Amino acid sequence: MSTRTTCPYCGVGCGVLARPDAPVQGDPDHPANHGRLCSKGTALAETFALPNRLLHPEVDGRRASWDAALDALADGFRRYAPEEVALYVSGQLLTEDYYAANKLAKGFLGTANIDSNSRLCMASAVAGHRRAFGEDIVPATYADIEAAELVVLVGSNLAWCHPVLFQRLQAARAGKRIVVIDPRRTATCEGADLHLPIAPGGDVALFNALLRHLHAEGFRSDAPGLDAALTAAGGETGLPPEDIARFFAWFAATPRTLTIFSQGANQSSAGSDKANAIINAHLLHGSIGREGGGAFSITGQPNAMGGRETGSLANMLAGHLEWDRPGEADALRDFWCAPRLAPGPGLKAVDLFRAAGAGRIGALWVMATNPAVSMPASDDVRAALARVPMLAVSDCVTDSDTLRMARIRLPALGWGEKDGTVTNSERVISRQRAFLPAPGEARADWWIVSQLAARLGWAEHFAWAGPAAIFREHAAVTGLARPSTRVFDISGLADMTDAEYDAMPPTRWPIARRGEQGGRITPPLMRFVPTPYRPPAHALDAAHPIALNTGRLRDQWHTMTRTGLVPRLMAHRPEPELSMHPDDAPAPDGALVRLASRDGAAVLRLRHDAAQRRGDAFAPMHWTDAYAPAARINAAVNAAHDPVSGQPELKHTPVAVTAFNAGWHGFVLARRKLGVAASWQARVPLAGGVWRHELAGDDAVAARFAALRDTCHEPGATWIVLEDAGTGLHRAVALRDGRLLAAIFLGPDHELPPREWLAGLFALDVIGSANRHALLAGRPADGPPASPTICVCHGISRAAIEAAAACGQSTAAGTGCGSCKPELAAILALMPA
Amino acid sequence: MRIVVVGAGPAGTRAATRAAALPDARVTLIGAEAALPYDRVALSRLLAGEIEVPSLITHDARALRAARIAYRPATRIARIDRAARVLHATDGAMIPYDHLVLALGSEALRLPIPGANLPGVIGYRDLPDVQRMLRMAESRGQAVVIGGGLLGLEAAAGLAHRGMQVTVVHAVDWPMERQLDERAGALLARRMGARGIRFVMPARTTALEGDGHVQVVRLDDGRVLPARLVVMAVGIRPNTALAREAGLDVGRGIRTDARLFTSDAHIQAVGECAEVQGVCVGLVAPALEQAEAAIAALQADAAWAPRPDAAALKVNGTDVWSAGDIAADAEALTLHDEAADEYRRLLVRDDRLVGAVLYGDTRDAGFYLDLIKRGAPLGRMRAALALGPQFMDQAA
Repeated sequence: MSTRTTCPYCGVGCGVLARPDAPVQGDPDHPANHGRLCSKGTALAETFALPNRLLHPEVDGRRASWDAALDALADGFRRYAPEEVALYVSGQLLTEDYYAANKLAKGFLGTANIDSNSRLCMASAVAGHRRAFGEDIVPATYADIEAAELVVLVGSNLAWCHPVLFQRLQAARAGKRIVVIDPRRTATCEGADLHLPIAPGGDVALFNALLRHLHAEGFRSDAPGLDAALTAAGGETGLPPEDIARFFAWFAATPRTLTIFSQGANQSSAGSDKANAIINAHLLHGSIGREGGGAFSITGQPNAMGGRETGSLANMLAGHLEWDRPGEADALRDFWCAPRLAPGPGLKAVDLFRAAGAGRIGALWVMATNPAVSMPASDDVRAALARVPMLAVSDCVTDSDTLRMARIRLPALGWGEKDGTVTNSERVISRQRAFLPAPGEARADWWIVSQLAARLGWAEHFAWAGPAAIFREHAAVTGLARPSTRVFDISGLADMTDAEYDAMPPTRWPIARRGEQGGRITPPLMRFVPTPYRPPAHALDAAHPIALNTGRLRDQWHTMTRTGLVPRLMAHRPEPELSMHPDDAPAPDGALVRLASRDGAAVLRLRHDAAQRRGDAFAPMHWTDAYAPAARINAAVNAAHDPVSGQPELKHTPVAVTAFNAGWHGFVLARRKLGVAASWQARVPLAGGVWRHELAGDDAVAARFAALRDTCHEPGATWIVLEDAGTGLHRAVALRDGRLLAAIFLGPDHELPPREWLAGLFALDVIGSANRHALLAGRPADGPPASPTICVCHGISRAAIEAAAACGQSTAAGTGCGSCKPELAAILALMPA
Repeated sequence: MRIVVVGAGPAGTRAATRAAALPDARVTLIGAEAALPYDRVALSRLLAGEIEVPSLITHDARALRAARIAYRPATRIARIDRAARVLHATDGAMIPYDHLVLALGSEALRLPIPGANLPGVIGYRDLPDVQRMLRMAESRGQAVVIGGGLLGLEAAAGLAHRGMQVTVVHAVDWPMERQLDERAGALLARRMGARGIRFVMPARTTALEGDGHVQVVRLDDGRVLPARLVVMAVGIRPNTALAREAGLDVGRGIRTDARLFTSDAHIQAVGECAEVQGVCVGLVAPALEQAEAAIAALQADAAWAPRPDAAALKVNGTDVWSAGDIAADAEALTLHDEAADEYRRLLVRDDRLVGAVLYGDTRDAGFYLDLIKRGAPLGRMRAALALGPQFMDQAA
């Protein structure tokens, strides 16, 4: 019997059918995906048994009872004044968890120092909505993607980051134009009608010019603020005028124009202005609220929207109530019976960690997120976390970089264990239901909040029997202080029974009365916001001539605590890579490079990529201490942020990139994860429990080789060893009973054999004698070298796709989840006809 | 033309057969032993019991007749009268020649130590030596082989196979140091040790002792090894006495030019007795090449040049091969497969392969020999060089 629940990954919010003993299926009845899944969702069942689970509370490094841990937590919060305590929460939390945490902070601890990692994700979109509509309203729905005749993607690699929406877009491709505005030529550009490789930060300039173009073409609007918006300063886009003209002409001529924007727009020091510049254009265009039209923010996290709805950000109250709208704060205070409602906005993420770094935060509880990795200037964030006297972290895994620093560690439930609701990018509230038993002593986050509240003396205000009770309270909050123009209203759900809550189908807000189902929204208030162009906060200069951009990979999620465990998801991009245009590259393809900003540095493997603009570089944001300590890109990302939204500028950091000339480079394949220290390393799980360790260092290579052989040696193992001390080449494989145990390859530079073929040999019961020398060559005697995996569902490599295409045949690649289709198309496009 | 070849070993026999094919040649082959020409290299196989004596014979009487070679076995030459171009045999016979080829071979060295001539102390050189060793082995007693070179190890392996308890005394840290590097030598010693052959090394023998027959081997560190049989395999020395007495130019061997001519225009020297442009060979393959080159030089402009010294050997069932300069002060590339008991060492200087040792698996010998001979820069081949030619196409 499958359980109907919701995928824990991106903000698309796909419905899934899950059971403990079978692969996860797409839910055919869910409005977000209608049965579709992407590569990450398809592999969910492979993460049910998360290793490294945090199973018991710990205090000061020792296992503790829940009572002892909660007492310590309560003691920590009791010691400090409201402005000295903070919660840093996550888009991974369920709405009920969010609600509980926000109520505790703003209503009872008396602080608005509660911010969410959504701050890194879509805070600029929220700010844009609030400035334009007076409220955080997403007008469009996914059906508008299908209904649109022109889809404009701004800073959205939809194909990789929201693959199911990309599939929906492709399925409705007929009769549609697609324009992609992105400095990079991403997979999303495959099949697009126009790609505008805009200069980083140039979006406001482009949309200001579009606004003026539309006005010149005769578009008019009664909404206030147009004149100021029309005269806002322009700027450079770096685009050819004819491409701009074509885009403007299409936009003006197509009533059903939908602009999808995402982190490429939001993660900017002008992120709020980007959102408003986009909304301004659509406002004048008249397409907001129109079928197939509007400006559509797609969120990164599964429940970023739930956080916004519950007000779990430092500059919001709850239920879209505002401090500065008369009566709303009072209404909430009364409803909560709050002894000391926070008087005004608190510290947003960047400022929060700066305050911690300055010693102004005494108690900090981090819930379900990993700021030591995900925040910009993350080395500063680590130092700040280290300064917090009472750092508590609740999480489901032990190998989070942040958790390792915590005094109090609280085991939380993970996906499949916890029970509640999430809201996706199109305002659909879906149930996340439990279908796995709670491991160890792990508990729901809302339960931990309620237990803390009880210890602080507020038991009766947090005495929920379960998530349904919390949801009802949350729904009731949305009905406070009415009548009002506030669109967010789910008070129609406030009287649901527990059984109705359990059975609740996907439901889109607003729902003022039971039985309603929300749809497309035309915001009741709309205004133009002038958005004078500002360049990125930190300009390039001679010492930092490259603009670093960061983002997601197709098959990874956030800090890899879940996806990093799935070998086939790691196969797509096993190592942290910095992509640069070949003409900018300071080293050969595949070499290690060091990038340094004013804030920090990271070392990654270089990928020559002509899809990059000259002068730009791209790095994935996923790698952590657990997988590649020196490749934590956020150590180098600048902490500049948007003045309105507080969202960090993760997409633009001036850096210098130089070759990383280690004394030796190498890799080790072994049947377990090795605890090896090296100046650079990346650990990659492979099929069958095998781990790949990419290494580089400056210590003596011969001694390192001997040490690695000792580390990998097992009783009964025999070795084949190839050594060339003159060139620093050292290779060895260990076998036992004909079975491969380990392979160690060290050399003077990055030019080592591909790992895929060797890794595959670990599955064999017997390595034939004919292959013994091939083991040390890293490839079959006369066969082709192994090539990277493109289709993770079917494990099909690039070479296999090319070989089939060369003789007019096709492989099964792309017939699984379909996430690889854009890359497949790009490969086939390069083949001779 | 009367062509006389002295010495019926492999080089002499090869020279005789080639000479017999020349027009107007009348060829006489003179052997000191009573036997028909036989394969000396196969003596180890006789000792190991793999073959019997008749299988050693390379040219029987009928084959010699068919090749129009007059064969004189058991004939020792006492003197060469170069002026008259006549050979004087020890039995008084006189053998005139127009052209003389000396293929006198070499003799086993005997250590100049007390007891070196005791009964039970045997060199390891020819068929009678092996036949004596076989008779002694019937007693299944203890044997000591002095010298851990190729011949010594062959003798040790054969005697062990015949049931004797064998100890090899060797002056260097590892056996076959001229062909093998230390690691390969150690592997070989370990493998032979697994078959009951003991190695005492490094050690020097100071005396052989016994009352009427060798009984013990005394070493310089004071140790004493009991032995019924002592095989001396400490090296060979080219047989040059006949040539020296005839006034030919003799160094370590009988000196020749590249065409194998000695200082006498009517006399050539080939094989182990010859020193061709300063090089004395000790292996059968170059000796045979010299024989062929010598006869070819009688008619045309042929020459022999020393090749990189390649040695393909089988010791105790293990193939070993080496070529070029293996003691070079060069960079070493090594490949060792513990379970397969295979090892190779390649020596590189100035990006060129200068020497190679293959132990256990010698299939790629030709590839490495060719690289050593050509002396071409290795470049990107180097990384996978030790893995063999099948990995050279896309070295990574």
